[in-house]
Amino acid sequence: MSFNLTLLAQMLAFAAFILFTVKVVWPHMLRAIETRQKTIADGLAAAEQGQRALQTSTRQADDAIRAARDRSADIVGQAEKRAVQMIEEAKVAAKEEGAREKIAARSEIDQEVQRAREQLREQVASLAVAGAEQILRREIDVRAHAELLDRIKRQL
Amino acid sequence: MTAGKEFNATDYIQHHLSFYRVPLGEGEFWTLNVDTVVTSVVLGILGLGLIWWVVRGATSGVPNRRQAFVELLIEFVDEQVKGLFHHGDRNKFIAPTALTVFVWVTLMNAMDWLPVDVVSGVLHLLGFEEWRPVPTADVNATFALSISVLLLSIYFAISAKGLGGWIHELFCSPFGKNALLWPANFLFNMVEYVSKTLSHSLRLFGNIYAGEILFFLLWLWAATGLVGTFFGFLLGLGWAIFHILIVLLQAYIFMMLTVVYLSMAHEHH
Repeated sequence: MSFNLTLLAQMLAFAAFILFTVKVVWPHMLRAIETRQKTIADGLAAAEQGQRALQTSTRQADDAIRAARDRSADIVGQAEKRAVQMIEEAKVAAKEEGAREKIAARSEIDQEVQRAREQLREQVASLAVAGAEQILRREIDVRAHAELLDRIKRQL
Repeated sequence: MTAGKEFNATDYIQHHLSFYRVPLGEGEFWTLNVDTVVTSVVLGILGLGLIWWVVRGATSGVPNRRQAFVELLIEFVDEQVKGLFHHGDRNKFIAPTALTVFVWVTLMNAMDWLPVDVVSGVLHLLGFEEWRPVPTADVNATFALSISVLLLSIYFAISAKGLGGWIHELFCSPFGKNALLWPANFLFNMVEYVSKTLSHSLRLFGNIYAGEILFFLLWLWAATGLVGTFFGFLLGLGWAIFHILIVLLQAYIFMMLTVVYLSMAHEHH
């Protein structure tokens, strides 16, 4: 165990090796590792951003679906209301039409009745005249009494 | 073991504990343990070069198996540093330094697994009489690391608090600002610095050196005969498996202490 020049030689070698590692080896490795860390961090950030975008678009899609559902419900409601309204209108129109027809029918019936009554009256008159004629054939001169008969006929 | 000679346990151990020394000048100090320096530098270049090679082609996309392994290693080290260092940008210096220490020390410790006699046999054929393959079993290597860490911690202490602040802390903490306490504070701080450095390097050295010696003893036993060879193999296998823990644990402890000391240097008292 003795110290000699080897000590200094070893120290020099140690210094050289340290210098080599500090200046050459370590920066290379550090760069590779840092670049990888950055890549990983970027990837994670991108994934997070993607997740956030997904959430946003999901929310938007939900909103759109809800809006569409509301709108379709509105439309259906309006259509139902309109249908009820149309039915009501149709009912009213039918009722009016019916009433009008009834009135027309009644006036026609009245006219018919009037006409029948006229006819009946004429027939009764002629029947009465015929009866009277039968009875009075001998005593009554048709021509002499025509004026009288006409008067009776008009009075009937 | 050198072929042809009479086998001698003392010679065997002596042989494996001898450095390949090259004198570069007058005196004990001016010699170089070429084996330690060459082995550690080759291992450092191999380990860090391999990491650099993988990291150069690193993709920020899906990593292949090679890259995944290196990233695992780097993230493991970074995780430890993150837990201990809260004084600024760890990527600037502390974390890469911790990686360097961990990789280098692990590889140097791992040399313990190589069968010493095969290694020295091959090197003997190449003309190297003596070669110690485990750099961290050389105090020069471990002290080089811990003294470097000491210098770095002083540098960071000064750059975090300023030269005045650092000197102020040397004399005024941990006991107090009173002028009478200055010597005690200074002594305490010096002891702290010295003991930190000593324990930092000697822990690693002791563990690896002891592991190496235990291998030598087992291989000595293996040279005594068939039974010795069998049990030497068996216990050598067991020790090598247990050594996985020691090699990694010591490298881990060394790295953690490095980070702790450098973090402490940033702290204000």
